[in-house]
Amino acid sequence: MQYAISILLSGVSLGGQYALIAIGYTMVYGILRLINFAHGDVFMVAGLMMVYLTASLPLAASIPLVLVLTVLLGFIIERAAYKPLREAPRMSVMISAIGVSYLLQNLATYVTGGLPKMYPEIPGISNTITIAGAPTKVVTIVTPILVLALVAALTQLIHHTKVGMAMRAVAKDFETAQLMGIKINAVISATFVIGSFLAAVGSVLYFTNYQSIVPLSGALPGLRAFVAAVFGGIGSIPGAVVGAFIIGLSESVIKGSSWSIFSDAFTFALLIIILVVKPTGLFGEKVTDKV
Amino acid sequence: MKKTVSKSAWATLLCVAALLALVVILENVLDPNKNIMVFTALKKGAVYALVAVSMNLLNGFTGLFSLGQAGFMLLGAYTYAILTIPVAQRDAVYYIYNGSAINFSLPELFGGGAFGLVLGVVLALALGGCVAAAVAWLIGLPVLRLKSDYLAIATLGFGEIIRAVFQWDKLGPVTNGANALKNFPTFSSFNITNGSGETVLRLSTFTAFLLAGACIAVIVLLINSTYGRAFKAIRDDEVAAEAMGINLSKHKRLAFVISSFFAGVGGGMFAMFANQAQAKTFTTAMTYEILLIVVIGGIGSVSGSCIAAFLYVAASEWWLRFLDAETFIGGFKVPLLRNGFRMVVFSVVIMIVVLFFRRGIMGDKELPDLLEKRRKERAK
Repeated sequence: MQYAISILLSGVSLGGQYALIAIGYTMVYGILRLINFAHGDVFMVAGLMMVYLTASLPLAASIPLVLVLTVLLGFIIERAAYKPLREAPRMSVMISAIGVSYLLQNLATYVTGGLPKMYPEIPGISNTITIAGAPTKVVTIVTPILVLALVAALTQLIHHTKVGMAMRAVAKDFETAQLMGIKINAVISATFVIGSFLAAVGSVLYFTNYQSIVPLSGALPGLRAFVAAVFGGIGSIPGAVVGAFIIGLSESVIKGSSWSIFSDAFTFALLIIILVVKPTGLFGEKVTDKV
Repeated sequence: MKKTVSKSAWATLLCVAALLALVVILENVLDPNKNIMVFTALKKGAVYALVAVSMNLLNGFTGLFSLGQAGFMLLGAYTYAILTIPVAQRDAVYYIYNGSAINFSLPELFGGGAFGLVLGVVLALALGGCVAAAVAWLIGLPVLRLKSDYLAIATLGFGEIIRAVFQWDKLGPVTNGANALKNFPTFSSFNITNGSGETVLRLSTFTAFLLAGACIAVIVLLINSTYGRAFKAIRDDEVAAEAMGINLSKHKRLAFVISSFFAGVGGGMFAMFANQAQAKTFTTAMTYEILLIVVIGGIGSVSGSCIAAFLYVAASEWWLRFLDAETFIGGFKVPLLRNGFRMVVFSVVIMIVVLFFRRGIMGDKELPDLLEKRRKERAK
């Protein structure tokens, strides 16, 4: 019983952390039709920034600074690596994303010297508490609440502000939106800013739980979050959140069983099944291909 | 027209033969112990050239964006390793699982010696390719219905699944779990030694080139056949190709299976190069590396992929090495240079290619095309 609860708790918190990354994927895909392979690495870089900033700054200053710097990183990546390719075939943009991911990983290896870095303890959420007999960190409880709050805020933003309306318009039809006077580049930048912000929040929660960061730490959580986004229906924010919780829970259950080596395999099997059975995901909109 | 084609084919064949001869001479003139980097780069370059061309067949010529290459290489590498580890070595390799479940070795089945070695290795590589092709056929049934980036992410997923399966310890007696398979014949086994164990003729790099060259030649022949033209038609416009009577699913599956076959062979050769086969080396990062080679060489150019493979490997393993070493000029310490800087510079270069030279080195042209153009210009 205790064991089941602890697995459930870690699954829910993992799901929440994936949800924050998955939203970044799903929003970018919704607008640019691009799998932003670098997103997982932005998440990793956010973690590393935290490690280096807390070494010289107090925690209260470094957390906001990490959020700002990650947002800036996302913005720069979009401007430098994706914007020049706006007219190019989709494959080129995806390759550029892979290139950025490669660059960020190598940069992180260079800076850290390839050694794992310990994530700083954040008082308040790093503490251990006991729930129904299962010891866990406060962060496991905080995560789902924070995720729901952020998602609620994001939904408000998308449905009730001008930027949000522009985002929905661009996601619907890139060219028509442009003709209606929407500044495409500003909207795309806004998407990357939001995505990176959420990834930074996600990284604080995730690494408080897992503590050690290596340059490849972002790759797999990134891919899993992407799977979650596809599972929920890419382009749909509630879909990404639901998908992320499903992926997080199933990963935690499998990791707790004797099949732990197959946890990623299961995630990807789930992806392939959903792609074959219902390519638009749980909440995705149906798109028709025009000749 | 017919005559010029056969003429250029002869010219190409001659060039390849000259290249092979050059490799043999180079290997036997230069001391390999002093020039380790050169030969590492050449061998790894040959292996990567084959894998890059096989990926190009799919991504560049058929327009199927697949990211499963590392998974198929893994299948080839393991099949090769499992089939060729000498029986006497098996207990040592599989010591965790108390010996191997498979107790024969192809080179020994063929009587050992030089003949058995050549036949056994070639057959094991081909079987590795077949295993990869068979798995590709199975995977292709559901996955090839997907389009562009969905296909990419699904094949990426399959690569991860294959890796997990091979690390599963229940399969330990066959795959050695997460441990490396080793002690099988490598490229160096092809060096000819005399009775007292001295190497008289070094053929290791030559073997790598010969194997890769033969496979690439087959792919080139395929691209120039009716099938190849059908692949290109699918790449350019699926709907139009279908309207012209090309069976889409059949041709896509064919391209996928053939590409995976050669990726499998390449995987086996990679195991020969690395002297070991271990599941954890065949990661997504490896697929990305190969994809970047294809992009640098030019999507849709076989010779471009080959050139890029050698450039890529040489740059990352050899030419940029100095960036990793702390260097002092006089009393002045050159800033930034330390371990890992090489890969940073390297990935910046790649980003520049991806962003500003999107067509890569060759675009979609081949080497003979360029020569032809120059000749025509001179004729004017």
